[in-house]
Formats: sequence, structure tokens, C-alpha cells
Amino acid sequence: MNFKAKIFSEDEVKRAIARISHQILEHNKGAEDTVLVGIRTRGVPLAKMIAQNLRRFENLDVPAGILDITLYRDDLSLKSEHPVINGSDIPFNIEGKNVILVDDVLFTGRTVRAAIDAIMDLGRPKTIQLAVLIDRGHRELPIRADYIGKNLPTSRNEIVSVKVAEIDGDTGVDLYTLL
Amino acid sequence: MLKRKDLLGIKELERGEIEEILNTAVEMKKILKQNVKKVPHLQNKSVVILFHENSTRTRMSFELAAKFMSASASNISIATSSVQKGETLIDTGKTLDALMTDIIVIRHSAAGAPHLLARHVRAGVINAGDGMNEHPTQALLDMFTMRERFGQIEGLTVGIYGDILHSRVARSNIYGLNKMGAKVKVFGPETLLPSGLERLGVKKAGSMEELIEGSDVVMGLRIQLERQKKGLFPSIREYARYYGFTPERTRLLKKQALVMHPGPVNRGVEITTPVLELSQSVINEQVTNGVAVRMALLFLLTRGIRP
Repeated sequence: MNFKAKIFSEDEVKRAIARISHQILEHNKGAEDTVLVGIRTRGVPLAKMIAQNLRRFENLDVPAGILDITLYRDDLSLKSEHPVINGSDIPFNIEGKNVILVDDVLFTGRTVRAAIDAIMDLGRPKTIQLAVLIDRGHRELPIRADYIGKNLPTSRNEIVSVKVAEIDGDTGVDLYTLL
Repeated sequence: MLKRKDLLGIKELERGEIEEILNTAVEMKKILKQNVKKVPHLQNKSVVILFHENSTRTRMSFELAAKFMSASASNISIATSSVQKGETLIDTGKTLDALMTDIIVIRHSAAGAPHLLARHVRAGVINAGDGMNEHPTQALLDMFTMRERFGQIEGLTVGIYGDILHSRVARSNIYGLNKMGAKVKVFGPETLLPSGLERLGVKKAGSMEELIEGSDVVMGLRIQLERQKKGLFPSIREYARYYGFTPERTRLLKKQALVMHPGPVNRGVEITTPVLELSQSVINEQVTNGVAVRMALLFLLTRGIRP
């Protein structure tokens, strides 16, 4: 794996997330009946960052849950021999809510498809919206994001690596090429 | 990490594997509380339930677990199957393989039958009770129930009473609880206690009173009349008096203790209706947890199988 380019520094990640937070407020006319759901693994700290912003900007308390989509994937046995379930944690009702799914990278769209299915099994939300830090293209399903940190055209043999302090020690986005 | 195709007994499992099953079951239990009690994970898998003995809860529990994971679940009723024409267990297994079965859940009156089957089929095999040997999924759901209530199993004292000799539930629980760091005490008529208990790391209690007083979990077992020779105890009435959990004995029960029973119960024999109705009785909770544990097992045993 070869390093190709730095896409986002820590500050740039924070600014992108701040802009997404404002767009969420704008689009939903505030954040009443809005809940955030981070997709494991790196969508979780990103959702938390958005929740903190909403508190800071408009003093709104928006709950942030965790979604584990392991049991909903269609490529599970292709991906790894031994998937592990870490579990979802959505301790609030999503019935009639605007559910904002948060993930780090939007690629084929299969993760989001699985996440939508998982949310639907919990109840009937009013809307499901999607926020991603990086949209790298190459969709295999008719799925698009409502809030995007950066559109990053990539080739299929490139890897987008998102790091978040909570999990990886530091924050940033890098682009690598596979050898 | 569980990396096997079969679950034949608790005896073969390592502590880490038991923990992984219990941890996965925690997530499965959340699915049971969802609006839609169904995940698509086992969509293209086939589970066959092959019971050579009677059962309500284990059979139903496996069937629901498979259905909640979106697998196809089929029941073979022995009475109307080719077993009646003399087909051997191995041949039945080969037939199920040819029918593209992924998991066979088997209950059999002969100890070791699931092990024999597992050696001869491609499908994964889950032991749902084999003779007097093991009933691993019951022990897993029992341990799940204890861990859910107490946070951990390590350090608990579990008192098992009744017909230990004929009980595969007791055997599986003894193996599992020992591995998880709990102490196991037993009580029952001498004729219904197996020899070599000490070698299994089990202590005998001197009376029902002693067992109840000293235990965090009091687990009753049914007298297995279908497996017994005659004459192991004088009469049901005497058995109930000396070896049953009578209402008078409830005052000895610790406030935080749990009363468990794998079911079905013989009301008025090993356990009485007032005891079953205690707030400490978690017998119905055990049944719910059984579904979660079996979902976890189906998930863990089928991962790695390619579609």
C-alpha cells in the first residue's frame, strides 16, 4: 500500500463536519425529531462530533446511536471468515423521526443499503438521511448522500483511509494506492 | 474464538469460546426486542431439526432461532420418517447433506449420537441433547441467564439438585460453570448422584437446606423417569419431601438468588408452585434467552460457510 495524498488534516475534518452539522440544521429546520445513528466503526465518533456541534451551535440535544450492520450485509462471507458482532446501541425510539445515518466513506452503497434495512426493522422513521465524510464514487446501488464532507473521485485500486482520534489516535483522511 | 463446524458439548469448549457465544447472544437478544424480529443473515442457509426424543421448548427454540435469522427451518418427525424403515443415523445424515443442509440440530437418546453424525456429514451439527451425556445449548442459556443477572459467572455458587445422574443438563452445566470460574454444589438422593463427582470439581451438599442457603443460583432438575430403572427412590411423596424445593424452604433463599429449572417441571415433585411463582424464579426468562443463545450459535457456526 503506497501513500498517495493527504486529503484532510484534523482541522479540515472538523470544518467539514461543522459544515455538515449546519446543513443538517438548515435542511431539517432545526433538529426537532432528529436523531443521529453512526454506522460502526468510524461513523460512530463522527456522529458524536455532529451531536456536539448541534449542542454548541444551537443548544440542541440530539441523541446519537450506534448501528452494527454485520447481520445485514450481503457480502459477509466474501469479506471475512469470522465476522464479529459488536452490537447496535440505539436506546431511543426512531418511529416518526428524521434518522441521519453517519458513515466515514460512501463507496459501493452496500453498507448504507444494509443500514437502511436495519433501521427499518427497528421502526418506521419519517425520513432517513445520509451524511458521509468522503464520497469516493463507484456506487453499485442507487444510493446517494444528503450531506458530504468531500467528493473524492478515486480509482478502484485506491484506498481511502479515514482516521478518527477516538479509534486511531489521530484524525485525518489519507489516500493510498494498492500495489 | 469459535472456529468449529459443530457444537457437540461444553466439555470441548474453551472459556473464550463460551464467552464469545454469550457475548453474541447479548446482541441477539436485542433483536428479539425489535419490532421486526428478523435479520437476513442466514438467508440462504438451511437448518434441519432432527429430534429422536420429545421436546417442546428446545425444538421450538431452535426453529424460531433459525427463522429469526432468516434460515429455512425444517423439522423431521421421527415417527413419520425413514428411521421407521430402518435407515441408520449416518444414512439419514448423508441424505440431509445431499439435500444441501447447512446445520443439523439433533437430539438422540444415545449418548454420542451427535458426535457420530458430525464425523460423517458435511453439515454442521448441534447437539440438542444426547442421552445422559450433554445438552450444551441448555447450559449456555443457563450461563447466559446467570451472567445477565449477576454481571459475571466467576465466583458464583450454583446449587444443582435432583436427578443429577440422568441429567445431561447437569453435566453440561458442571463443565461450563467450572470453566467460567463458578463453584458447583449438588444435592440429591445418593442413588441419583453419579460417581466421580469430586473429579468434576463438584461438592456435595448435606441437605436441601444447606444447598439453598449457600447458593446464588438454585437449579432444579426433573426426575427423568423415562431414563430410570425402578427402585432408585421409595416414592414420589418421599422424594418431594426430602429432595424437593418446598414452600417452607424459600425462607432460606438469598434475596438476590435465582431459581432456575430447564423445564419441563414436575410440579409438586422437585419444585412447587409457590416456588415457581417467586420473583427470583427466572424459568420463563431462561426460555427467551434460549432463543438468543441459539441464534448466536447459528451465526457463529455458519460464518465462514460460503454461499
